Amino acid sequence: MKPEKIIKIASQGLVRNKLRSLLTMLGVIIGVSAVIIMIAISAGAEATIADEITSLGTNLVFVQSSFSRAGFSSQGGSSGGLVYNDAFAIFDEVNGVTGVVVEQSSTQTIKAGNVTIEDVAILGTTQDFPSVRDMTLAEGRYFNQAEIDRDQKVIVLGSSLAEELFGDEPPVGQTVTVGSTKFTVIGVFDDKGLVGDVDYDSRIYMPITVVFQKFTPSQIAKFAGDRVRMIYVELAEDADQENVILQIELLLAKRHNVSLEEPDFAIQTQDDIIQTQEATTEAFRNLLAWVAAVSLLVGGIGIMNIMMVSVTERTREIGIRQSVGASPNDVRMQFLTEALLLSLVGGLLGVIVGVGGSWIFNLTGGMRTVVVPSSILLAFGSAAAVGIFFGYYPADKAAQLDPIEALRHE
Amino acid sequence: MNKQQAIIQTRELTKVYGIGDAQVRALDEISVEIEENEFVAIMGPSGSGKSTLMNIIGCLDRPTSGQYFLAGEDVSDLDKTQLAVIRNQRIGFVFQSFNLLARTSALENVLLPLLYNRNGNLSELEHKQKGLEALKAVGLADRVDHQPHELSGGQVQRVAIARALVNDPVLILADEPTGNLDSKSGREIMGLMTDLHRNGSTIVMVTHEDEIAAYAQRVIRFLDGRIDTDKLNGKKNGQQLAVSIQKEKE
Repeated sequence: MKPEKIIKIASQGLVRNKLRSLLTMLGVIIGVSAVIIMIAISAGAEATIADEITSLGTNLVFVQSSFSRAGFSSQGGSSGGLVYNDAFAIFDEVNGVTGVVVEQSSTQTIKAGNVTIEDVAILGTTQDFPSVRDMTLAEGRYFNQAEIDRDQKVIVLGSSLAEELFGDEPPVGQTVTVGSTKFTVIGVFDDKGLVGDVDYDSRIYMPITVVFQKFTPSQIAKFAGDRVRMIYVELAEDADQENVILQIELLLAKRHNVSLEEPDFAIQTQDDIIQTQEATTEAFRNLLAWVAAVSLLVGGIGIMNIMMVSVTERTREIGIRQSVGASPNDVRMQFLTEALLLSLVGGLLGVIVGVGGSWIFNLTGGMRTVVVPSSILLAFGSAAAVGIFFGYYPADKAAQLDPIEALRHE
Repeated sequence: MNKQQAIIQTRELTKVYGIGDAQVRALDEISVEIEENEFVAIMGPSGSGKSTLMNIIGCLDRPTSGQYFLAGEDVSDLDKTQLAVIRNQRIGFVFQSFNLLARTSALENVLLPLLYNRNGNLSELEHKQKGLEALKAVGLADRVDHQPHELSGGQVQRVAIARALVNDPVLILADEPTGNLDSKSGREIMGLMTDLHRNGSTIVMVTHEDEIAAYAQRVIRFLDGRIDTDKLNGKKNGQQLAVSIQKEKE
């Protein structure tokens, strides 16, 4: 029989049972949209991570405290993680280092004139921050080492924060009260925008020493001294990364009085971090793919169930068709095509729901999603395969019916 | 024996159901010939083999042994697909329970055999034309778009007859065509069958009502899988009946 005739017969069969057809497709719709949305979410997560890591700057290595082995050592030395001065030691003593940044953050209420903003992110940093992090100043200047050393109460504002506080007035030279301390604004950054979930434009940047002194909870400060979680080290463009890392390791081991086998710090490059994150997202993506595959499978079993019921219910119809000349193959093709149409239309609706759903996730800001075109193809293709696979058995059952029995069926 | 005009010719047609002691010979070496433009009624008590014979000559079933020639072609050993083609192109069925597709218009029901017509190279429009003609022939030109549940029993059976006619079959098989109808609709249907016969169709009809069998030219009675009697209806009798139909129509 001609394909268009088969399609006509099959679609008539489906249209005559609209509600049942729709309910049958539901499984495929959910399966296909799940595949697309889940892949979009993991692709979005990956893109976010990649953005975050490159936005930190280029050619960086990250030195992190790792307390896991040594713990807060009681016996001499300063083993127990990185301290503020380690950063300067690295800068001074390691060849190939062009900048070092340490950060210490806090959250405070700030006031300027009659504007009060609560829960503003404070970032204590060092003088190399703008160059290491690729940030440029729109007005004024960044603080220098002398100001850091002398705990000067100076701040640089993120662009959107500056506008919120001062509107059209020039911010440089103004006074801002952070917590209970008055600060002088010495600069404003250019727009950097949202990177990952960090808004660089709504933060206050100040000397790290001031954060240690004023905004670190006193117990922690007493216990941990000027500890820092991470030191960002910027390398010279022609520096040998491995060599620099080795120098840092030797230096810190000596300063912390620990062996290289049991360090209290860990060094990672940007590539290391990207790889670690990718491994995580890949595991995540595999998990999601399995979930999606299972839901497609369930959708397929749904199609098979309904087709089995349908063949039984429509035995008389099959008998009528056979009596007027439908061959076993005609009947088989009809039911197989019905299953295929169910899964294809379901797949198409699933693609629409999936792409639409990803778009809504993006729009409502809940999650960043990137719709991967190949995922649409994959989902649609597997839906079709599921339709043929799970449609074949019921269709074959229909084809094998004996016309006399089928005509007698009530 | 091999007359050109024999539509149905069987030789020692036998159908056995079951195996061993449970064997039932539903048809026992039936040899019968039905010629073109005959109108034959097959009668007999249930279990006499008349339905089995109808299934075999309708190419819905195959004999255990013996031969069956339909319009000169041996169809005893055809496979399911070949039988489907024969049913499609050679045979028109009219059933006791109508057997129309529900939720499907009269026209689409009539077009169903054309949908499965492999040899046809007619366009969709020509198909529709044929369907409309068939419906007109059974007097339902104004019920084309009605679905079975919107039609009376007699009208539904007429749609079924139109469906049986649409592929220009060599043989019309009617299995108790009036069994589910009231007597008035039944007479209408039989009138229609008589018209078809008069216009050249070959009709084989199963019935257990003498009144209905009286419309046929020839009555074959079955008993225990064999032909009990095979008689021509008295011509006089047939004419009388035709007259009485005319009267009731008026």
